[in-house]
Order: sequence, then C-alpha cells, then structure tokens
Amino acid sequence: MFVTSAYAQTAPAATDQNAAPAGEVHTETGVAHEAEHGGGVFPPFDSTHFASQLLWLVITFGLFYLLMKKVIVPRVGGILEHRHDRIAQDLDEAARLKAEADAAVETYERELAAARAKGNAIAESAREEAKTKAAADRAAIEAELSEKLSAAETRIAEIKAQAFAEVGQIAEETASAIVDQLIGAKATGDDIKAAVAAAKTGA
Amino acid sequence: MANDPIHQFQISKIVPIEIGGIDFSFTNASLFMVATVACAAGFLYFATSQRGLIPGRAQSVAEMSYEFIAGMLREGAGSQGMKFFPLVFSLFMFVLTANLLGMFPYFYTVTSQIIVTFALALLVIGTVVVYGFYKHGLHFLQLFVPSGVPGALLPLVVAIEVISFLSRPVSLSVRLFANMLAGHITLKVFAGFVTSLGALGALGVGGAILPLIMTVALTGLEFLVAFLQAYVFAVLTCMYLNDAVHPGGH
Repeated sequence: MFVTSAYAQTAPAATDQNAAPAGEVHTETGVAHEAEHGGGVFPPFDSTHFASQLLWLVITFGLFYLLMKKVIVPRVGGILEHRHDRIAQDLDEAARLKAEADAAVETYERELAAARAKGNAIAESAREEAKTKAAADRAAIEAELSEKLSAAETRIAEIKAQAFAEVGQIAEETASAIVDQLIGAKATGDDIKAAVAAAKTGA
Repeated sequence: MANDPIHQFQISKIVPIEIGGIDFSFTNASLFMVATVACAAGFLYFATSQRGLIPGRAQSVAEMSYEFIAGMLREGAGSQGMKFFPLVFSLFMFVLTANLLGMFPYFYTVTSQIIVTFALALLVIGTVVVYGFYKHGLHFLQLFVPSGVPGALLPLVVAIEVISFLSRPVSLSVRLFANMLAGHITLKVFAGFVTSLGALGALGVGGAILPLIMTVALTGLEFLVAFLQAYVFAVLTCMYLNDAVHPGGH
C-alpha cells in the first residue's frame, strides 16, 4: 500500500482508457484505489466487465467440464480400473502358481516318503532273507558236524574195544619175554596166561 | 504505471463484442480462461493418451490429481457423492491451473476476479440446492434443522443455519478471490520496492536486497497459496455436496 500511495500521483497521468465506463463519476483524489484508474473502479469490482467475464467463464469452464466428463474422467478412471484389475489378476495368477507349486511340493514329498518306505521294505526283506539263509546254513553245517562227531565217536569206541581185546595177548607176550630175560627159563604159556588173567582180575 | 500493483488486474478488450447492448468482449481475462482450459485439458489429454499400464511421469501426475480428488470426494461426500466427481475435478483443475498460470509474470490471474470466483461458488451452491431438492424434496430443508436441539432454541439455530448456508457462496468465492488478489498485490509491491530502491544508486541497490529476498520468498508462498486455495475450494465443494447427498446427516 505504501508504494501504491507513492505512485498514486503518477497513476492518473496514465489512465487506462479501456476501463472507463460511461457516466462514472471520476474523482482524482488519489487516495483510494478506486480513484487511481481511469475507470474509477477497483478492477476486480468493475461491473462493466462482469457480463463478458461470465460469458467467457461459462464458455470455457463449460467446455472444460464437458471434456473432463466425457473424455478425461472416463479415460483416467479406465486406466486406473484396468491397472487395478490387472494387479488383482496378477495376484490371482501368483496365488494360483503358488498353489500349484505347493501341490507339486506335496506330491514330491509324498513320492519321496513312498520311495523311502519302499526302500525300507526292500532292505527289510533282504535282511530277513539273508537272516533266514544264514540260519539254514548254520543248521545244515551243525547237522553235518554232529554227524561227523558221532561217526568219530563210534570209531573211537570201536578202536577202544579192539584195544581192550588185544590187551591180554600183549600182556602174555610181554610177561613171557620179561620172564625169559629175568630167569632165563621159559615159562609155559599156560602159567603166564593164568598169571595175566589173575593180574587183570586183581587189577 | 509499471509499479502500480493494481494494474495487473486491469481488464483490456482484445476483440470487442457487443450483443444486445451488453459488452461481451473477448478480453485478456477471457484469453487466460481459454489458456487455463487449454493447459489443463491439454495436459490431462496428452498425459493420459498413452493409457499406459505403467504410467509415465505426466500420466502419474494426471492419475495422482484424479485419485487426490476422488479420495477427497469419497471422504467428504461418501460413495454417493462420486457422481459429482467430474464437477469437483473440473473445478479443482480449473482453479489450480488458473492460479498457477497467474504466477507467470505478465499473465492475467483469472481467479483474482470476484465475479469469476463467485460464479464458480454459485455453481457449487446451485448444484447443492438443485440436487438436494431433486433427490430429497422438502427433506432437503432438514439441513437447516439439526437434530437434538431443544425446541426453544430451534428458531435461533435454524436462523443461524440458514445464514451460514447463504454465506457459503460468499465465503467460498471471497476466500479464493482475496487470496489471489492480495498475494499478487503483495508480490508486486515488494517487487516494486526492488526496482524503485535500485534506481536510487549504490546504497539503494544494497537496500534492495531485502525486498528481493522477500519477493523470492513470497513467490514460493504464492505457489503454495495457488495450490492450497484450489485444494480448499475443492474440499469445501465436497463438504457442501455432502449436504446435498445426506441432508440430515450433520
């Protein structure tokens, strides 16, 4: 406002001719804003231009409103909706893919578990088989061994019996030889026999 | 004249037109109304012409302004108020573009004319009244009768409500008009200090630094005001439209 008053003196010298309405009282006091211009009215309140302002506002804003309503708003709304739909669709697609991946993982796990179970079963049966075979082998070998053992025992018994049978004869021969050596006389077979028999029974 | 802060609001005829004795001349104000519409519509049209799924910079701005106003209206007037979206969006874009164009030196500020802002405010209030009566009939008058007021106070409250309703177009238009007018005058005054002090010689040039800083700061402030007033205009429009959609709900 300071500058306004300071330049107020120069203002009337260069009045705006366009703003001069007919019949307007023109005061040149230079104090109020209304007096600084040729029109004598503060331009925003100058009613001479109201009709033109309104007309052009109606034309321009009306066109602008129609353009917004018919073109821009549907277009931007369409863009945003399209994007929204696309994002929702992409999210759905992602969810579907995730479900698929989950299903695949589940199948894989299931198959893995089945394979593991099958592997275990195979190992188990192999072990069983091996165990059975080992037991059978052992039984066979044991039977064979016991057979051999009994054969050996029989043979021992035979030999023993034979040995016992031959003991008397050996003792007679030995006694005869000992008597011969000791006294140089031949003992008769019967004597020796009787002596051996006596010794055997005495023993 | 160059330093007269009021001169920027002077209307000058470009193409004189007179119909039926009334002056409908195409003036500098009309020119800038056309420029405002051309800029706003042109920007929105070309920014969105690609219809990109992934928006570019310009399309982002257009979409942001759309969603900004859409959110504002949905919050202010509910989903039923969305049928007024083209109107609110047009008002916001028009006022914002007019305000921002006015920030260019030598450009005319359309919204610094009371008749323009008053016409826009009347458009809003007219829409509220017409739609309110069309949709709710005489129920629309419930707007002036708040519920839960004791009977003795009712005439007083109704009178206050009516006055407040009638003052809406005035406050809506004067707020925008006065902000733009005062801002541009202040800017011009401080800028005028710079030139007049600069003319005084070396000391004056030194002294002109302060108003120069002020001018720069005020320019920034004016850009803020330009946006803020468009925003306020749009917000109040949404609030008033809410009365038309839900007259008993306040």
